[in-house]
Amino acid sequence: METKNIMIVGVGGQGSLLASKLLGHLLMEQGYDVKVSEVHGMSQRGGSVVTYVRYGDRVYSPVIDKGEAHCIVSFELLEAARWLEYLRPDGQIVTSTQQIDPMPVITGAAEYPTDLVAKMQAAGAKVDALDCLALAEEAGSSKAVNLVLMGRLSHYFDFPEEAWQEAINACVPEKFLELNRKAFALGQKA
Amino acid sequence: MKQLMLGNAAVARGLYEAGCSLISSYPGTPSTEITEEAVQYDEIYCEWAPNEKVAMEAAFGASLAGKRSFCGMKHVGLNVAADPLYTMSYTGVNAGIVIGVADDAGMHSSQNEQDSRHHAIAAKLPMLEPSDSAEALQFTKLAYELSEEFDTPVLLKMCTRVSHSQALVETGDRVEPPAKPYEKNIAKYVMMPGNAKQRHPVVEERTRKLVAWAETAPVNRVEMGGTALGIITASTSYQYVKEVFGDSVSVLKLGMTNPLPVELIKNFASKVDRLAVVEELDPIIEDHCRKLGLEVLGKDVLPMIDEFSQNLVAAALGGEVHTGKALNQAVPGRPPVMCAGCPHRGLFYTLNKNKCTVLGDIGCYTLGAVAPLAAMEMTLCMGASVSAIHGFNKALGGESEGRTVAVIGDSTFMHSGMTGLANIAYNQSNSTVIILDNSITGMTGHQQNPTTGYNIKGDPAGKIDLEALCRAMGFNRVRVVDPYDLKACDQAVKEELSAAEPSVIISRRPCALLKYVKHKPPLAVNKDKCIGCKSCMKIGCPAISIKGGKAWVDNTLCVGCGVCEQLCPVGAFESTGKEG
Repeated sequence: METKNIMIVGVGGQGSLLASKLLGHLLMEQGYDVKVSEVHGMSQRGGSVVTYVRYGDRVYSPVIDKGEAHCIVSFELLEAARWLEYLRPDGQIVTSTQQIDPMPVITGAAEYPTDLVAKMQAAGAKVDALDCLALAEEAGSSKAVNLVLMGRLSHYFDFPEEAWQEAINACVPEKFLELNRKAFALGQKA
Repeated sequence: MKQLMLGNAAVARGLYEAGCSLISSYPGTPSTEITEEAVQYDEIYCEWAPNEKVAMEAAFGASLAGKRSFCGMKHVGLNVAADPLYTMSYTGVNAGIVIGVADDAGMHSSQNEQDSRHHAIAAKLPMLEPSDSAEALQFTKLAYELSEEFDTPVLLKMCTRVSHSQALVETGDRVEPPAKPYEKNIAKYVMMPGNAKQRHPVVEERTRKLVAWAETAPVNRVEMGGTALGIITASTSYQYVKEVFGDSVSVLKLGMTNPLPVELIKNFASKVDRLAVVEELDPIIEDHCRKLGLEVLGKDVLPMIDEFSQNLVAAALGGEVHTGKALNQAVPGRPPVMCAGCPHRGLFYTLNKNKCTVLGDIGCYTLGAVAPLAAMEMTLCMGASVSAIHGFNKALGGESEGRTVAVIGDSTFMHSGMTGLANIAYNQSNSTVIILDNSITGMTGHQQNPTTGYNIKGDPAGKIDLEALCRAMGFNRVRVVDPYDLKACDQAVKEELSAAEPSVIISRRPCALLKYVKHKPPLAVNKDKCIGCKSCMKIGCPAISIKGGKAWVDNTLCVGCGVCEQLCPVGAFESTGKEG
């Protein structure tokens, strides 16, 4: 099969590493060749961060390039917009509607763009925008946004429910399991 | 069993399987996780050394003693360790020694994008370059075989995209290597001129043998496909080439990039119509081909700057380029920032307010150069702040002494700030050095260091007392300040800058991200009190922004450090009383 590409984008510190770990585990268990590419170091300090997840029969490049992502999962609205050019023409965006002002906006050097969902749709993207922060808080912690997003993402893939649950069990520490299962279910249902 | 493994974790696994006994490293992105991941294997003694030179010499000592050893570092770390490296090339090894070096093309987290292959060439050492996690594991094991067979340290070159990508690997068991008891051998291990003269021909002969090995080694692999174009490539560039062209071109994939084969390359070139080299950064394989008289496409179509990708390779060599549709307006950038509650913030605010000239160093605090704090004017390499302020003050004298400071983190100070401080103490410049002691190596993700009192496993260890160290060097003025206390910071900076002798200020508070650090409840702005003066915006805290003309605190980020509170003229910041 053709290699499939999922990008996970957000702001450093938002927890995208758990999301990519979970996806990587799920895809490996499904028998695919998998590559997951992360960025560590300076950009983790509140900068724009991106993780590439690729799977298929044989995956070569560890990164996803412009026009190649089948899906962009975003923890933050502006970050979804930033990486829009990486989406394929028929690609899907799954994004949290959370907005975090970057430093140029905080200092007044730039403005946070308005109506981003509509603007991304105008550029041809299919956008599924969801208040994941509220759902994560409903599940019990604002830190569970990653699992809410994964729950939402599960709509767009044909993987069996048990496979997702197994991946959650494998990747989440025992004491946070119930919280994260709940967050996943809330994202799935929303 | 197949596992999804980070490239760096795969190196650690390779070290375990190869029977490595000792690892001494200094953290540096993107190399850090090699050593962190190796800690899980009880058979390997692991440590963080104060710097890369010390790490490499410790590894050398273990090799001499007969145990397979490793040291890991980032590309610029290899500069620090270059001194032992170049002469270890002459002594050779007893048990195998592998040096892991991780380049950072694209400078995701580095101050330059130098190409480590130059060190391999200059030091005349073999270098292996894996292109994914599976090769990272295999090549690590192979490196030990080569090290012992050819009596040489072996460089294992990683890069950001191999180090920080997870891919499937097949793991194996640990095999204890043959015993190599230490034997006194003055002619081999004492590199004074008479002995070194005997060793240099050995090095040249070794390179000849390694070239012969490279001609037929399985790690240098020909994958014949279409013959209109033949591409010589290595490392992650191989993956981009295969992604774009699959089997439509022929590929010579080099697993060993120093020394390079001759006949293998000539032979490959003779089978294809056009020859290209795809390599990130400098044209090393390409220059080698040109020296062999081959006509080759390389840096005339591919950049020497930044990392590659599939689209970039496709555009340069006639593959299919994918495109997407961007937003029809500019998107504001999101550069990294000091975290909410970062202890460096209060100190940099103070330096900015006092209009200090700030010579900086390598670490999270390099972000002190970013607006609105903008309180750093130089960052060069590890330790340079302390050495450079001495030269700066010697050059300008009284003109600069009263307003110039050096800032350096605790780990960076241990790495190479101490020797600069010795120069200030010895050659007596009236310099003010500020050690930003956040009790951890921050930027690379929280590694212990000689000032923290804990070792790599988190167990109690020796602890160097910074105050006592500075006093022992002859500094009479050594004071400690809490960077959350702006008044105390201001007083300390003013007093030490005006003092007529060199001084050290230790700005001490643990990194806000450390798990053991207890935070106060987040603050909130009382909208009735806030006058919208933006005084709190001067510190560049990511938790504070202006909404509707008034300050607003993001309670998911705020850790209640209270620095903003001290700047507010009307007392508008109030505790929410609940733990964040």
